[in-house]
Order: sequence, then C-alpha cells, then structure tokens
Amino acid sequence: MRGLGVRTGGADGVAVRGAEVMRPNPKGEAPAGTPEDRRLAGRSVWSRIWRERWMYLFIAPGLLFFVLFRYVPLLGNVVAFQDYSPFLGFTNSAWVGLQNFTDLLTDREVLTALENTLVLSFLQIVFAFPAPIALALLLNSLSFDWLKRILQSIVYLPHFIGWVVVVSIWTEVLGGAGLVNQLLAELGQGPVNVMTNPDAFPWLVTAQVIWKEIGWNTIIFFAAISMISPQLYESAAVDGAGPWRRIWHVTLPGISGVIALLMVLRLGTVLTVGFEQIILQQKAVGAEAAQVIDTFVYYRGVVGGDWGLSAAVGLLKGVIGTVLVLGANAALKRFSGQGVF
Amino acid sequence: MATLPAPAPVQPRRRRSNRPAWEGRPSLAVSLVKAVVLLLIAIVMLYPFVYVIGMSFASARAAASGFVLFPTEFSLDAYRTLLSGNAVPQALQVSVGITLAGTALSVVFTVLMAYGLTRTKDVPGARFILYLALLTMLFSAGIIPNFLLIKSLGLIDTYTALILGSTSGFISAFNLVVIRNFFMELPQEVLDAARVDGASEWQVLTKVVLPLSKAVIAVIALFYGVAYWNDFFTAMIYINDTSKWPIQVVLNQYVLTGTPLDALAQGNTTERTVTPKTIKMAIVVLSTLPVLVVYPFLQRYFTKGVLTGAIKG
Repeated sequence: MRGLGVRTGGADGVAVRGAEVMRPNPKGEAPAGTPEDRRLAGRSVWSRIWRERWMYLFIAPGLLFFVLFRYVPLLGNVVAFQDYSPFLGFTNSAWVGLQNFTDLLTDREVLTALENTLVLSFLQIVFAFPAPIALALLLNSLSFDWLKRILQSIVYLPHFIGWVVVVSIWTEVLGGAGLVNQLLAELGQGPVNVMTNPDAFPWLVTAQVIWKEIGWNTIIFFAAISMISPQLYESAAVDGAGPWRRIWHVTLPGISGVIALLMVLRLGTVLTVGFEQIILQQKAVGAEAAQVIDTFVYYRGVVGGDWGLSAAVGLLKGVIGTVLVLGANAALKRFSGQGVF
Repeated sequence: MATLPAPAPVQPRRRRSNRPAWEGRPSLAVSLVKAVVLLLIAIVMLYPFVYVIGMSFASARAAASGFVLFPTEFSLDAYRTLLSGNAVPQALQVSVGITLAGTALSVVFTVLMAYGLTRTKDVPGARFILYLALLTMLFSAGIIPNFLLIKSLGLIDTYTALILGSTSGFISAFNLVVIRNFFMELPQEVLDAARVDGASEWQVLTKVVLPLSKAVIAVIALFYGVAYWNDFFTAMIYINDTSKWPIQVVLNQYVLTGTPLDALAQGNTTERTVTPKTIKMAIVVLSTLPVLVVYPFLQRYFTKGVLTGAIKG
C-alpha cells in the first residue's frame, strides 16, 4: 500500500498543492505531521466524504448492482416459507411455515436430484479436480518455452466455448450418428451412443468438464509453481533427488496451500453442478439420470409454478453450501493454521 | 591459390531449452511418453473443432460419405441456407448487440467501481463496500429469487435482463478484484503527482490510470465478452419471445432438442443440396466464430491478468 499515505493530504486542490510544493516529497512518503495534515485529520467524516466525492460517484453504480441483484434477492427466499402465487405476491401469499421443507423431504424427485448431484460432484472432485494439477506438472516439466506456450494456447481454448457448443460438438463426435459410430460401423461394430446412455451420463459429464476446464484450471497451479524457489529444486537435485522425487518433495508441498484453498472453495459448491451443461443434455438422457438440484428447482419452480417448494430446495442448497465452505475453512485453519478467509 | 571457402561461422551453442544446468537430460523413454501424452491431449482438444468446421463446409455428398480430417468436396450451401433464413441472422444480431453493449457497460462500471475501491483508507465505507462485493462470491440467492426479482422489475423478455441478469454477473466480483489489484500495483507516485497538480480523481483515472491498464482491461473485456456471448441460461430463463433469442438458444433449439430445420430455410431452393448435419454444424461454427477470432489476439494477455487476480483474491 505504498504511497497511500500521501492521500491523507487530500484533494482540496489548491491548499494542499501549496503545501506539497513547499515540501517536495519525491518518494511519495506520507507528509505526516504537517499542519495541513493535522487540520484535515481533525475534520469530520463528512468532510472526508465530500473530499472523496468522485470515488463515491465511481462506486455508486456498482454498489447499486450488488445490492439490488445480489443482496435484495436474498429476501426473495421468504417464498420458501409461503404457498407463493405470483398473482398474490409476497405480501398476500399464505404463510405455511416449514411445510415446504417437510414436503421436500418426502418428494422422491428431490431425493433423486440430490443423489445425482452428489454422484456428479463426487466424480468431479475425484477426477476433474486433480486433472489440472497433473497437466500443470507435465507442462511445467517441459524444457522448451515455445512448446509450453503453444500447448497452453491449445488447452485453454475450450474454456472459452459455451456449453451449448460443447455439447453440440460432443454429440457430433460421440453421438449416435456421430464420427465415432461411423468408424465403429466400418469396423462392423454396433452403434454405441454414449450421449443417450443414462448409466454413462455421470462419466460423460465428468469427461466434458475435464475437457473444457483442465487447461484453464492449470493457470492457478502454474502461478503457485512459479513461486517455488528454484534453489529448492537445485538443492534437492544435488542431494540426488530425481525428477519424480523433486515433484513429490518440492513441487507438491510448494503448491499444497493453493490446492487446499481450491478444495475448500470446491466443497462449498458440492451441491452445484453445471446447470447449463446438464439441462442441455437432459432431453437426450432422461430426467431420471440427469435431474440435479438446480435443474429440479428450475423445472418445478420457473416452469412448473411450484414456487414455494423449489425455493425451499434452493434455499436449503444455498445454506448448506455456505455452511460447507465455512466448515471446510475452519477445518483447514485447524490443520494448517491458515484458512482462506 | 584457390580462395578457401570462408570458414563456416562458429555457431555459438545456443541453449534453446530453459533446463537449468544441474538438471540432467531426461531419458529418452520419459521424453517419448511425455510427447505421446501431450500429442494426445492436443488432438483431443483440437480435433473436434477441426471436424465440426470441416463438416459445416462439406457438400451433401461428402457429409454423407464421411471423412476424417477435411471433407472431400466443399460447399457453402449450409451457410447460404442459414443466412438467407430469418432465425439465425436475427439471433446473431441479438447476440452481437448484447455482447457489445453488455461488455462495454460491464467494463466501464467494473473499472469505475474497482478504482473507487482502491483507497480504502481514505474513503470512508469503501472497505465495507469491497467486502460486500467480495462476499457475493460465496453465496447465491438462488434461481427462484433471482427470477422473481427480474420478473418484479418487469424485465422478462427484455434485453436488459440479458445484461443485468447475466450468469457471470453484470459486474463480476472476480473481475472487480483482478482490476482492483492491478490498480493497486500501479506506481502510486505517478498518481499522486497528478493529484498534486490538481487533477480530479476522474482525471487521474482517465488520463493516468487507464492508459497504464490497457492490457488488463482487454483481459476483463474478453472475460465479459465471452460470458455474454456464451450465456445460454439467462436467455433460457428470462426470454420467452423467440424473436429476442440469442444464438446460443437458437443453437440449442435446432441442434440439441431437434426442432425441425425447415423453419430456418424459409422457402429457400438450396434445401435439397444440404443435409441437416451440415446445417447444424454451420450453426455451431457461427456461434463459436467470434470467440475463435478474438482468442488468438487476447490469449497472451490473460494468463497474466488471471494470475494477479487469482493469487491476491
């Protein structure tokens, strides 16, 4: 935060400028203790606010967005305790207490959605989470920078492609009339349609996530790896550690903090699996295999009009997610002495 | 005496590799395995794009007979059919409009807010507002409350909903942090010098800060632009009027849910020369094109941009 101190001098234009000219301050250190400064420090909060009016003007639209579109909707969760009807509105809809919550416990569809979500999340944490670490280690071991750069450009690309396109492309390559089946047919093998097989769906979803995000997610691990001191590698090598042992004893411990941090954040979203990705493929696979919590909320609420129950599911999901993040963070703090926040 | 051929200049052995001196040369077997794995990864990442682009340009005959890399016979009929109809050009127009307007607005308001939050010590309440914004990364109100908000604001079936209600957020807290961190790392002496000369904060921002921040702003613009262009969820939920659909929704409609393509052609005579498959792939290409075009120009910037944001955030 170097240089910030100067600003206590304020932008009251002329007066401060005079003070600065008299006392040149090339290093940008705080001109602490000038009479000017003390006078300003003694002034009320209101005058400080007036002095920084430009800054408030800059902040205002953004603040309005965050309040209106991120915090106000939280209030909309009252619907979860109502038999909400859009015609009656929040104020006139009947209050039903915890009725929606007891209903969702016995709703078979909710349970299916929960189960599917947990299965998908589990597979993604086990396979999609470590994949970029492995790729980052592999790319990092390359001796040629140009090769590394080209490969990075290639593996980052799918991150920028929308899910509709990704699913379309996968269908085109792996679907019933797709490329793979054409090749299989030429070999005299029957069609295998991975895109419509409910049993394969969790694996398909995980593979797609890996394909789309493996490259992009390496970036943060690269950053962590680049902050490890090269001397550590050198002394490990001098001590006779080969490439594998250097990864195990230097690189991995060096990035373990980042890995833990990302895992904490990932656990917070354990009840969230890609809404777009899944809803786009639901027609092909069927709702039994491809209904997750978010798609359930959408269909039951926005499409089906059962606002109370679906809002209850959404609220419960949000609360559990927040609790999980805080819990994982607390656990991390206990074990490593340092949390994410 | 015959002139001796000039001695070949001694090539200094340039080290092309960045392998440190203490590290031994990797064994051939390891290098080979690495090369194969990396080649496979590159193929898996790139091949689907090559195939889809090839298919979109294939003639009906080439599409039917199948191909591996490039079609044996090229044809632009799929694109002609799509662009002579109504649905796709209109959707492209909507998508381009939303992406340009949304990106411009998002970048402007993110930059303003990020700059406003740089001097949390001097601006009373700024730190609180910063935390208020950052906290939103940890929770979401949920689909239903967000829908009810957009509805009660009367924004259903409006383009405004596509911008203010976008999935990544009209102002994304992540992008806000990236930009703010960048601003905090600028040499503050320069900014202070401008202030001492009597520049208002608006002048400091536009005359000093922004010219130094072109690269990071380009990265943020790319993030926003890609998010607006690819956003499917927002339009699916908030837009019922098919004439206001962006290209991603149209793509889903015709390619994934199997709505008959006849509606796209609108009495065009080339129908017989194109197969549904090539038309579908042409829609895929059209709805990826802007990203593919912009990507090479911006990709060298974004690693740096993400890095600073990710580490500090």
